[in-house]
Amino acid sequence: MSKSVSSSPSREAMTAADVRRAIVRIAHEIVERNHGVDGLAIVGLQRGGTWIAEEIAAQINNIEKEVKVPVGALDVSLHRDDIGMRPVSLGAISNIPFDLSGATVVVVDDVLYTGRTVRAAMEGLNNYGRPRAVQLAVLVDRGHRELPIRPDFVGKNLPTHRGDEVSATHDGVFVTPNPEGKP
Amino acid sequence: MKHLRSIDELGLDGLTGLLQLTDHMAEINQRPVPKVPALRGRTVASLFFEDSTRTRLSFETAAKRLSADTMTFNVSTSSVNKGESLRDTVATITDMGVDAFVVRHKSVGIPWQISQWTTASIINAGDGAHQHPTQALVDCYTIREATHAQNFSGMKIAIVGDIKHSRVARSNIQAFTLLGANVVLVAPPTLLPPDVSHWPVSVSHKLDEIIDKVDVLYMLRLQSERMAQGHVPTLREYSEQYGLTQKRVLALKSDAIVMHPGPMNRGVEMQIDPSDVKNSLIHRQVANGVSVRMAVLFELLGSGSSLGGQA
Amino acid sequence: MSKSIVIKGGTVINRSSQEVADVKIENDCVVEVGKNLKGDIQLDASGCIVSSGFVDLHAHLREPGKEEAETIETGSRAGALGGYTALVAMPNTDPPQDSVAVIDFVREQGKRAGLVDVVPSGCITLGRQGESLAPMAELANAGVTLFTDDGNGVQDAALMRRALEYAKGLGITLAQHCEVAELTKGAVMNECSCCTDLGLPGWPSIAEELMVFRDIELVRITGASMHFLHLSTMRSVELVRAAKRDGLAITAEVTPHHLSLTQELLSSYNPVFKVNPPLRSIDDIRALKAGLLDGTIDAIATDHAPHPRRDKEMSLDMAPPGMLGLETALGVVLAEGGCEIRDVVALMSWNPAKIARIDAEHGRDVVAGIKANLCVFDPQLTWSVDPERLASKSINTPYVGRTLRGRVRHTMFKGTATVIDGQAQK
Repeated sequence: MSKSVSSSPSREAMTAADVRRAIVRIAHEIVERNHGVDGLAIVGLQRGGTWIAEEIAAQINNIEKEVKVPVGALDVSLHRDDIGMRPVSLGAISNIPFDLSGATVVVVDDVLYTGRTVRAAMEGLNNYGRPRAVQLAVLVDRGHRELPIRPDFVGKNLPTHRGDEVSATHDGVFVTPNPEGKP
Repeated sequence: MKHLRSIDELGLDGLTGLLQLTDHMAEINQRPVPKVPALRGRTVASLFFEDSTRTRLSFETAAKRLSADTMTFNVSTSSVNKGESLRDTVATITDMGVDAFVVRHKSVGIPWQISQWTTASIINAGDGAHQHPTQALVDCYTIREATHAQNFSGMKIAIVGDIKHSRVARSNIQAFTLLGANVVLVAPPTLLPPDVSHWPVSVSHKLDEIIDKVDVLYMLRLQSERMAQGHVPTLREYSEQYGLTQKRVLALKSDAIVMHPGPMNRGVEMQIDPSDVKNSLIHRQVANGVSVRMAVLFELLGSGSSLGGQA
Repeated sequence: MSKSIVIKGGTVINRSSQEVADVKIENDCVVEVGKNLKGDIQLDASGCIVSSGFVDLHAHLREPGKEEAETIETGSRAGALGGYTALVAMPNTDPPQDSVAVIDFVREQGKRAGLVDVVPSGCITLGRQGESLAPMAELANAGVTLFTDDGNGVQDAALMRRALEYAKGLGITLAQHCEVAELTKGAVMNECSCCTDLGLPGWPSIAEELMVFRDIELVRITGASMHFLHLSTMRSVELVRAAKRDGLAITAEVTPHHLSLTQELLSSYNPVFKVNPPLRSIDDIRALKAGLLDGTIDAIATDHAPHPRRDKEMSLDMAPPGMLGLETALGVVLAEGGCEIRDVVALMSWNPAKIARIDAEHGRDVVAGIKANLCVFDPQLTWSVDPERLASKSINTPYVGRTLRGRVRHTMFKGTATVIDGQAQK
């Protein structure tokens, strides 16, 4: 199978400004839904979700100035359901320096796709305690779910093809189509 | 990586990779529930032909924390003693569906011989006086943890004692020198192998001459049989010349580390209680054992590194 | 009246001649050596060397006692395929060859197999225990000419002195496996840097050299004769060279594996490379080859030591030492020995026949009138070793996958072809 350099250019699905605004909106929605920040904890998933988690937490601290919301990072590599099927690369080490028991944990990731990463994250969270509730915040929902997982807070709904690559950073969200149908 | 049999087979990249992986495993062990499903469905069999409750339990705990199933092969009641060959034993256990063997045996080379008779991964938990690679990993990790050094360039490490008969020494000499350390072996000539001129180490017969210059003092156990075999005149003389005495503890640099692979012979190589030694990391060596072995098991069975990158 | 056999077109090598000629055999003797000979059966020997059959001074045939590994019959067949017409059977059998009953048994089994002359050696000490002398006179009367405790050396110097004095009176030769046992306890391989890395106890060279030195001096004061088995070190060669210069009645042998394999092979952890004395360094090999060329070493002997598969699958330290050798000896020596072909014939046939005192029927020049114990071999043919296809009952050859040069085409034993075109005939 010939592998050509992708001739189709990436398209910008969200600009840097769009990303910033989405994060601010999500932060407000989280506070609103939870009627404040009591018992709230934000956990970003390595690697794509941690920067977003930090920014959401910073925004929430701006809104509700008296309390600082705890932020952690979780590497789900060891909880994946495809271990041994393809090479695993571990992200940065998990760091959840607070007790999750009884907390409302908002899991944060950049792109929601099949839902398997989030499933692995929910299992991983159990190692740290029993949350009262788990909510999901994502910058982009690109569809193609393989498990019954749904986000509570979404930056943008983005229809994509299976082979497309989606990247999300401060600078924006870009979709690179892959007409070869890469697995 | 298919097997972990010796440090020289592992190489520097393999060594540093496993040390980094251990950080992940150490974090898992800090969690309230220290368990991940990474090796679910895999089976790890312990084949310990030499008694070692501590190492065996360390491996079994590591396997269980990764959700692997474990099998323990008790050699004293096994048919190997009744004449069934080692080869038949390994084949039988492999047929039961084993993904990895953890093997300890008093004969050199068993892990390599066993590899010919099974498709499972082999982890060497000690073969005769040859290699004990997971101990070397534990020791390197412990030093790294204490010094925060990614590599050991410029570090002076003294290994003291019965080098000749020590698999821990052979593995550690390779690991420490791969990481860039300056290794000095301290022992009477009878406890050194016949010819170490091709090893990248220096040799001293006088502990007191180097003790104030080392960053790490690694004490080896002296077995009492060595006296009967004529390697040392008496244990007392050995202890006076090469043991860790109160006087020698005071001579150490203030930030020097003291280590011992265990089990200890109190009154022989250790004249003082290690818990009285300020910089003893012996308890950390024990604590790190499970994390290191989790990293090894994951690397061999779960990381997909043996898949060669193709799904 | 049996059929006549003509070996056609080979190069006949004798001590003072070498020419292309046909060799005609009737009954059990060579009747003519010349050109254009005719006979009932023709064996093609074009491109081959024709010489007296090889004589192995050192073969473990394992019978009686360890028939699982080899029998006199299977060992004889392996010998025939290797070009041998006589094998000196080592006495470390069970029961050992220290009584006439066992000697006769071994000889009879050899006759029954009818493939080579099986020449039983006797023990020096009773039961090879190294404590008291075996009944050497009785055994000599039963035809034994070579005595050894092989497997072990005689540790007690005083006892060895007595043995040599006693042997002198009987006109027999003692052969020594030189190993000072106290220096080699638990040893698995040569004491060298490799065994330092592996953490294995080593077999130091001096364990052999000390006994070589001792026995040379004992020969000097007793006037007896001595044959050194499987020498393996540089210094051993030097000692024997000096002893011969002094005119002492010393002979020595070396094995093909000590000429071709080094200690580094033990780092494969494969017990097939474990042997006594152990494989040594490249410098030792060079010295042994030099010893072959200048006559310090008189013979090549295989030390053929079969072990059942299971025994060689044990760990390095538990596995018994020893390698097969009969079928690969020629191929190894031609490929690695560094000798001329006529020297190979001297080392594998003429000299060992003399040392074993069987040179009435073996190791003779190929001329009319001699007993037809002959070897026809192709010195150029390359082949690789498949352990499952060896005639030996065991498979512990260290040459698996190696290419050897030189292979036996036909072997004649007392006028009968035991091997034709590389196939055993019975």
